[in-house]
Amino acid sequence: MYNSDKVIPGIIIFIIFFTIPMWLNLGGAKAIPRPELPKEEKNCVESKEYMRAYHMKLLLKWRNMAIREGKRTFVGADGKTYLISLQNTCMKCHKSNEKFCDRCHKFVATHPDCWHCHIAPEEVAKLRRWQNGNR
Amino acid sequence: MAIDRRKFLKIAGLSFLFGTGVFSLEEFVLCRGDEVLAQVVGEGKKGKVRWAMAIDTRRLTEEDCKRIIEACHRAHNVPDIPEPTKAVRWIWEDTFEHAFPELAEEDPSEELRNRKYLLLCNHCENPVCVRVCPVQATFQRPDGIVVQDYHRCIGCKFCMTACPYGSRSYNFFHPKEYLKHVNPEYPARTMGVVEKCIFCYERLDQGKLPYCVEAAKGKIYFGNIYDPEAEITRVIKENLVLVRKPQLGTKPMVFYIV
Amino acid sequence: MLEYALKGRPKYWIWILCLLVIIAIGFYYWVLEHKLGTGVVCGLHKDLTWGFHIGQLAFFVGAAASAVMIVLPYYLHNCKEFGRLTVLAEFFAVGMVVVSMLSVFVIMGQPQRVFNVLLYPTPHSIIFYDLIVLSTYLFLNLLCGWTVLHAEYKETKYPSWLKPFIYWAILWGPSIHMVTAFLIQGLPGRGFWLTAIMAPRFLASAFSAGPALLLVLALLLKKLTGFDIGKKAVDTLSKIITYAFIINLLFICFELFTAFYSGIPEHTEPFIYLFSGLQGHSEWVGFAWASVILALIGLTLLVIPQTRKNETTLVLACIAVVLSVWIDKGLLLMIGGFTPNPQGVVVPYKPTFGEVMIGVAVWAIGFLIVTILWKIAVSVYQSKNLVVKMKGN
Repeated sequence: MYNSDKVIPGIIIFIIFFTIPMWLNLGGAKAIPRPELPKEEKNCVESKEYMRAYHMKLLLKWRNMAIREGKRTFVGADGKTYLISLQNTCMKCHKSNEKFCDRCHKFVATHPDCWHCHIAPEEVAKLRRWQNGNR
Repeated sequence: MAIDRRKFLKIAGLSFLFGTGVFSLEEFVLCRGDEVLAQVVGEGKKGKVRWAMAIDTRRLTEEDCKRIIEACHRAHNVPDIPEPTKAVRWIWEDTFEHAFPELAEEDPSEELRNRKYLLLCNHCENPVCVRVCPVQATFQRPDGIVVQDYHRCIGCKFCMTACPYGSRSYNFFHPKEYLKHVNPEYPARTMGVVEKCIFCYERLDQGKLPYCVEAAKGKIYFGNIYDPEAEITRVIKENLVLVRKPQLGTKPMVFYIV
Repeated sequence: MLEYALKGRPKYWIWILCLLVIIAIGFYYWVLEHKLGTGVVCGLHKDLTWGFHIGQLAFFVGAAASAVMIVLPYYLHNCKEFGRLTVLAEFFAVGMVVVSMLSVFVIMGQPQRVFNVLLYPTPHSIIFYDLIVLSTYLFLNLLCGWTVLHAEYKETKYPSWLKPFIYWAILWGPSIHMVTAFLIQGLPGRGFWLTAIMAPRFLASAFSAGPALLLVLALLLKKLTGFDIGKKAVDTLSKIITYAFIINLLFICFELFTAFYSGIPEHTEPFIYLFSGLQGHSEWVGFAWASVILALIGLTLLVIPQTRKNETTLVLACIAVVLSVWIDKGLLLMIGGFTPNPQGVVVPYKPTFGEVMIGVAVWAIGFLIVTILWKIAVSVYQSKNLVVKMKGN
């Protein structure tokens, strides 16, 4: 083999580099996350299974309906009508972003940017603290 | 017609004192309500909705302006940025010279000059910002409202370059850090997107009036300008009104009763 | 052929390293901008939202089109003297198109959403067309330059399927300026830009400053590597620059006439602000007059045949032309367009160090691409010469 002194170390570096996440997480088996579910309300706008698998699609659909189509109401699986709003509908039952959304998202390392703009329930207190000068 | 702009506005200025004054203007300063309406709105489309606003500058005091701006900015979580050149504003007050720069040289009356003018997005019938946006982040709803979709905005600022009224603001900073009050029912924005007045379409969709109209206590009219019977159409027709930069053909939907 | 880019003298590697350092500094400021905010890092404000960076788009889109001024005479008029310059010009265009595209990319507040432009194609937006014409031009120049060079490398003639692409690239070249001019030319309420001469001005300034920059670099290349594009090519190119530059200055005069004879404030005020100051602000008067003086120096040196034919004075003339057009298009065009603001108020703009460094890093990326591609081209030509010499002996 030509240039084996360069090719073989190259391949080794490549393999190590691409398997870094595996090595870093080795041995640290984490518990499956348990997002905190609302206590008072048992039914979401769609079935539990649908929400688990497709909540992101529903949210995208909602945001397009509310902003681009001017439709503010959504008829859920139970036939009830809901106001389309992340802050005023979803987060009224799921009262905490950290205890609900983040638990799974952190585990699977996805970082949706919803809360860059939207104000999460627990953020309100933090923002009010800021206004009082305690940054 | 041998009446020039300067002369016209002088007469117009007089007419404010006496409360009358009927002019027939052929070219430049459109002032008579029915003519403004004819040029900006035209025939109108029956059965369709086009939201418009008429601000009664005669009755609007400085306190009113403050209250209105506060109501809007508080409800929409508009950040309060100290640097004026990098501030975010949905509605703001300005002088006659700044609101109507092309009329400023025409020597408007003292009284007209001393009034406060509320400036906001004009929700043009023919919006330039919508034309230039490369991703349709800003678009016109069927009811004429020019909306900004912050989910889609790429922050290229082309709309701000295009807007002839300076009605758009860019988030030069993290807006949440500059919130004076938090309205937990409404989102804020993120850094790097453009925002502006949205005629409170979220309230219109629920059958409510915009915040500014509510806070103005009758000094701002709001309604469907395609409806000849509507209050807004009537007050525009019966008064002297100005629109900002009508010569550009953008057909602004915010009218100033003078 | 790529291997040529990996073999070079220390000078070559030092230059590459310098460019990489500049890119790293610019990248740092760009990241900082997205962390802290455009308001902290850049001098932009709500009345001047397109500053230094879009100015670079306006200038470098012109530099990119310089290739047309070489490729067109070579392929359509069989202008043999441009033979060795053609590939260099095409590769130069590749780098300059990259600068243009990145100049738009760096002003975006949400760069991660850049593909929204393709996801939601919007035929009524000029940016959409600008993206199409720029990326097509990039592809065409890379394809034509590389294929022709590869044929040289293999000592054959370039394949016949390339011909349509070459013609396509020639036709496409002017479109990148016109579309870029259309970005600003069709906006109501911006009197400085709202003029039909804008697109022709973009063309004329591009066809003068672009080849001028290319010529300076080609002569520098001769000094550094001994690769000579030939005396005849320099002569012809300098004539092209002269004519295009005269037309460019004429267009500016037309614009001045229209603005000041009509006396419409919207059209005159930006010029007054730039050249003598308005409302007590005169931040750019020095630059504006520097551009005029440089233009006159360049024009004089180019028009007089003796100074045009003398390589030293020609280089000086080209540098004067490039600087003059760069100030005009890279700075003043944007600043004048936004001043005074829609309320009739002058809000001054001063680019910050960080902002300029981001722009300079974008140039560096472009010049890194040009360096690598030119290194390959020069190596191919020089190794071929070596073979010819050896065969001759």
